[in-house]
Amino acid sequence: MSSLRIFIPRDAGAIAVGADETVAALEQAAAKRNATIEIVRTGSRGLYWLEPMVEVATPKGRVAFGPVKEADAASVLDAILKDGPHALRQGLTEEIPWLKRQTRLTFARCGIIDPRSIDDYRAHDGYKGLERALTLTSDAILADVTTSGLRGRGGAGFPTGIKWKTVAQTSAGQKYIVCNADEGDSGTFADRMIMEGDPFVVIEGMTIAGIAVGATKGYVYIRSEYPHAIEAMNAAIAAGRRAGYLGSGVCGSKHAFDLEVRVGAGAYVCGEETSLLESLEGRRGIVRAKPPLPAHKGLFGKPTVINNVLSFAAIPFILAGGAKAYADYGMGRSRGTMPIQLAGNVKYGGLFETAFGITLGELIDNVGGGTRTGRPVRAVQVGGPLGAYFPRALFDTPFDYEAFAARDGLIGHAGVVVFDDTVDMAKQARFAMEFCAIESCGKCTPCRIGSIRGVETIDRIRAGERVEQNLAVVEDLCNTMKFGSLCALGGFTPYPVMSALTHFREDFGPAPTSLQAAE
Amino acid sequence: MSVYESWDAQRGAEIIAENSHVEGATLVILHALQEAFGYVPEAAIPMVAEALNLSRAEVHGTFTFYHDFRRKPAGKHVLKLCRAEACQAAGGDAVAARAEAKLGIKLGNTTADERVTLEPIYCLGLCATAPSAMLDGRVIGMLDEARVDALIAEAQQ
Repeated sequence: MSSLRIFIPRDAGAIAVGADETVAALEQAAAKRNATIEIVRTGSRGLYWLEPMVEVATPKGRVAFGPVKEADAASVLDAILKDGPHALRQGLTEEIPWLKRQTRLTFARCGIIDPRSIDDYRAHDGYKGLERALTLTSDAILADVTTSGLRGRGGAGFPTGIKWKTVAQTSAGQKYIVCNADEGDSGTFADRMIMEGDPFVVIEGMTIAGIAVGATKGYVYIRSEYPHAIEAMNAAIAAGRRAGYLGSGVCGSKHAFDLEVRVGAGAYVCGEETSLLESLEGRRGIVRAKPPLPAHKGLFGKPTVINNVLSFAAIPFILAGGAKAYADYGMGRSRGTMPIQLAGNVKYGGLFETAFGITLGELIDNVGGGTRTGRPVRAVQVGGPLGAYFPRALFDTPFDYEAFAARDGLIGHAGVVVFDDTVDMAKQARFAMEFCAIESCGKCTPCRIGSIRGVETIDRIRAGERVEQNLAVVEDLCNTMKFGSLCALGGFTPYPVMSALTHFREDFGPAPTSLQAAE
Repeated sequence: MSVYESWDAQRGAEIIAENSHVEGATLVILHALQEAFGYVPEAAIPMVAEALNLSRAEVHGTFTFYHDFRRKPAGKHVLKLCRAEACQAAGGDAVAARAEAKLGIKLGNTTADERVTLEPIYCLGLCATAPSAMLDGRVIGMLDEARVDALIAEAQQ
């Protein structure tokens, strides 16, 4: 009799809520019952309120149980063995509405395959994009990327096809592919999940980029806060080399391409591309002035494609003949799907990949189910520490680069952090300034000094000191930072600050009109 | 908890030599030194500079830029609490306050008995299971009072 195949994530988010303990308890329970089970450690499906999620292979598909704590393991195993009912039984995984309504192109395999197994990756359409890319000319690969409409998923939303084309057209003896895996935005974890759950898709995307632009060497710069992702990427790169997918002749072709993981050291600003390049070169992560663009003079002064993890991870689907299909999803100039991350005080948090165009309200109320505390949603911050806080009045905003920009916000790396009505927005505005002050690289004055003055001024406002005058100072500081900073850290810190001020004015002390009314 | 070697110049030189052949080696070497000794001893800075043909100022500048690198050893256990927005939204402020009160130190400090270093961290990417923490490299999510107390008890052992 073949053994029972049980799937439990090795994703850091699952481990953080006890997946390893659940695995141990299941093994123990199986031994006690003389049951033969094979536990496969996958990535996470991204339904974090159900983690640790245990899935079992059945003829109809995988059946999910969750959240399976250590203490539930034995009874869940009994339910699995008898195919009986259980309070934690969620039915067929693919039929769970939260998962079913998604469009998983980038995350198609995450949570399904064994991220350590290149064979499992190949068995699930892995490396089809690379195989096709190897039959194409550089121009044809670039044409596919352009057709897909893919824009950089790190936050800036720059068209990937144009970036790659610039590097392809720049001649140099050495070019580089750099993957920005310095996912520092609070509320985002999609890069971490895909590196832990489907690392080969990132490697495949980077390899295709290398072939398209004529680069032979790539770096994955991963933040040190992600030890599990670092381990997963290193293991996958080693497996890729053994199987001939990386090295001197990729899949027996004339193309050479190899990868190396580099680990960051706890600097948020290194998520900014030029700062990241400085860090990779072994220096302080000080932002570079542009031009020259990294595409012309990037890593070690050589032409460099630098893209976010999710941008590279979108490429294999596109190159496997899906360029047009990818572009058919989305709205306006935002094409394809976005792996949105629901986080913070949210009932159903996790990874929700869907076509651009879903409204913020649908995401928060429908998909996210409101807050975990059950209190009303008061604010959501979209796009990390540099993203704006939106009130319910703006919940009709569709998830789209331009629509968010039109409302003085940004989608960034698509992290959505939900706050309930206990939030103090003046405190959040202060934190935005404080965070900028802690993480500023120090190169430009508006960011370095502006953020410190911002913290001090907001402190005065919160103390009730000359509120109107000090609010004017904050606004002035924000303008200086927005238009005078060298990069997005100083340049975008005004988004959370000004949105808090604009939409939640009441949290900054009494407005002059109500003061007059009280007198 | 991690066990570290005590600083030894010859061992330091070996670690530097092992890593100095890679492109842009400074961070790689600093990480390797910290992994071995638990911090980057000041005596190692000129050695790194020499090996990479850099000035001491350049290596010192790199070393001091990054939050991760330590000038002196941390406590026996390191508890990092995420203080970023997603964890703030999910009750992270209360978690941090409780940890500070229980340990009698503010974030960024080490207890007098050098058992526990308490540090803020800005995002562990566990934002859907917030608030989260990391104890000596182990990740913990969905922190509530009981889980914080248990973590602190573990760290104090």
